[in-house]
Amino acid sequence: MPFDIYDFTSLTQWIDTSLNDRLSPFWAVVAEMAIVGLLILVFYALIGLFLVYAERKVCAFMQNRLGPNRVGPFGIFQTVADLIKLLLVELVPIRNADKFLFNVAPFIVIIASFMAISAIPFAKGLHAIDLNIGVFYVIAVSALGVIGVLLAGWSSNNKYSLIGAMRSGAQIVSYELSVGLSLITVIILAGTMQLSEIVQAQSTGWFIFRGHIPAFIAFVIFLIASTAETNRGPFDLAEAESELTAGFHTEYSGIKFAFFFLAEYMNMFIVASIAATVFLGGWMPFHIGSWEAFNHVMDFIPPFIWYLMKTFFIIFLMMWFKWTFPRLRIDQLLTLEWKYLLPINLVNVVFMAFIVLMGWHF
Amino acid sequence: MTLNQLMFILFASIIVVFSILTVTSRRILRAAVYLLFVLISTAGLYFMLNYAFLAAVQLTLYAGGIVVLIIFSILLTSHISLKFEPVEWKKSLFSALAAIAGALITIITILDFTFSATNEAAREVNMRLVGKSLLSVGSDGYILPFEVISVLLLAAMVAAIIIAKKGGPKSTDTQTSNYQ
Repeated sequence: MPFDIYDFTSLTQWIDTSLNDRLSPFWAVVAEMAIVGLLILVFYALIGLFLVYAERKVCAFMQNRLGPNRVGPFGIFQTVADLIKLLLVELVPIRNADKFLFNVAPFIVIIASFMAISAIPFAKGLHAIDLNIGVFYVIAVSALGVIGVLLAGWSSNNKYSLIGAMRSGAQIVSYELSVGLSLITVIILAGTMQLSEIVQAQSTGWFIFRGHIPAFIAFVIFLIASTAETNRGPFDLAEAESELTAGFHTEYSGIKFAFFFLAEYMNMFIVASIAATVFLGGWMPFHIGSWEAFNHVMDFIPPFIWYLMKTFFIIFLMMWFKWTFPRLRIDQLLTLEWKYLLPINLVNVVFMAFIVLMGWHF
Repeated sequence: MTLNQLMFILFASIIVVFSILTVTSRRILRAAVYLLFVLISTAGLYFMLNYAFLAAVQLTLYAGGIVVLIIFSILLTSHISLKFEPVEWKKSLFSALAAIAGALITIITILDFTFSATNEAAREVNMRLVGKSLLSVGSDGYILPFEVISVLLLAAMVAAIIIAKKGGPKSTDTQTSNYQ
């Protein structure tokens, strides 16, 4: 069994050929899909648990507290305990709710984030589906999550839920534009939408350095817009607890609430990995021009670790936003998008096209 | 049966069942959700054809755009307890007949055409080709429809703003003063 931590291609090909030797093509494909699905599920659950823990620790750090420290060393098993508690909590039925939509909503949210995570390149050869429109696909499927939020708010038959859902819908629909346009800026530089090619093109330098000014503007806009798109603070007025109790998921309990909770963290993870892949070179190591020795040391770190380091750096930035900025009002939120981010973005796309045409990038 | 056929049958049956449910449901938001399932399964068919670009367009425009707009307007206008009156049997009979007639015409037309079967794997559509032919003036170019559609969208946008502003030029003064 070939195993190379720097290149998973041989491992995945070995699994593919050995499955095809033993099974008919039909069952080989089924088995492969089951393996990929299981791996993504486990990864999803582990990352979700870790992110909840990380959020509480980062929050505590920002507020000069200790955070969870009772269950296990440094409280690392706190989220596991929370998960067990959530699984045991009673699922409260709502009498006047639309039961079908109420139950379908959490699944729509979580399936949307699942579909998005399947297109992300984790390391060399560790990539479930490599579509030739990768970036566009991720934007398209992550847009489906908002439907679940809207349905959850409406079917709960609760005014706080409905207001929360409306706010969240307006917010996601408007900030999607900025997310898309800032990614288009980088696509102009890359010349492709395929995520594997985008990562490969950054072997000589990350796009945020190669595209200098317009790429950096796009990166900042992407960070702001994606924080808003994932409904995180300071843009969390969809679930502003001081005004709306908990927004669209007020009426949910137990595992259904956990679905929303998990999907929120996973959406943050997906957005951060897109930012890491498109702007910071994905699993590509950090290289500086002709410093041979330095580049060689950087190559020594496995690509998967590089990918996780960059992703968690972006996640740390987003947590930093959440715990230091005050929450925006709905009018400030919409003004920021439509009057500032969108025009800047449109000009930035043209600027990037000009830079690429003139060849003024690295 | 190959995996391809299995997936096709799965998608096709989802499309048929949920299309019928969309028009027969008496709760308006449920109808919208059934429509969403139909549109997503159609995107799945495009993915099967290896035409990922069209599938993603289907997902963003129809599932992520139009259905979200429909749901948004339902959220603003209707209450959860609202349920439509059951339709009279005459109306449902005639609409069923019309639907069956339409389906028959389509099926007969499709059966009339001889499709040449091939064993080749579906080819991936090159994105650069799509972009270039969208903006070229040659024989494969689509620049004219592209421009016409942009003008149409611009007109729709201007119209939407005018409707949102309410009233003619006379009332604009009072409108703006309200906000100040």
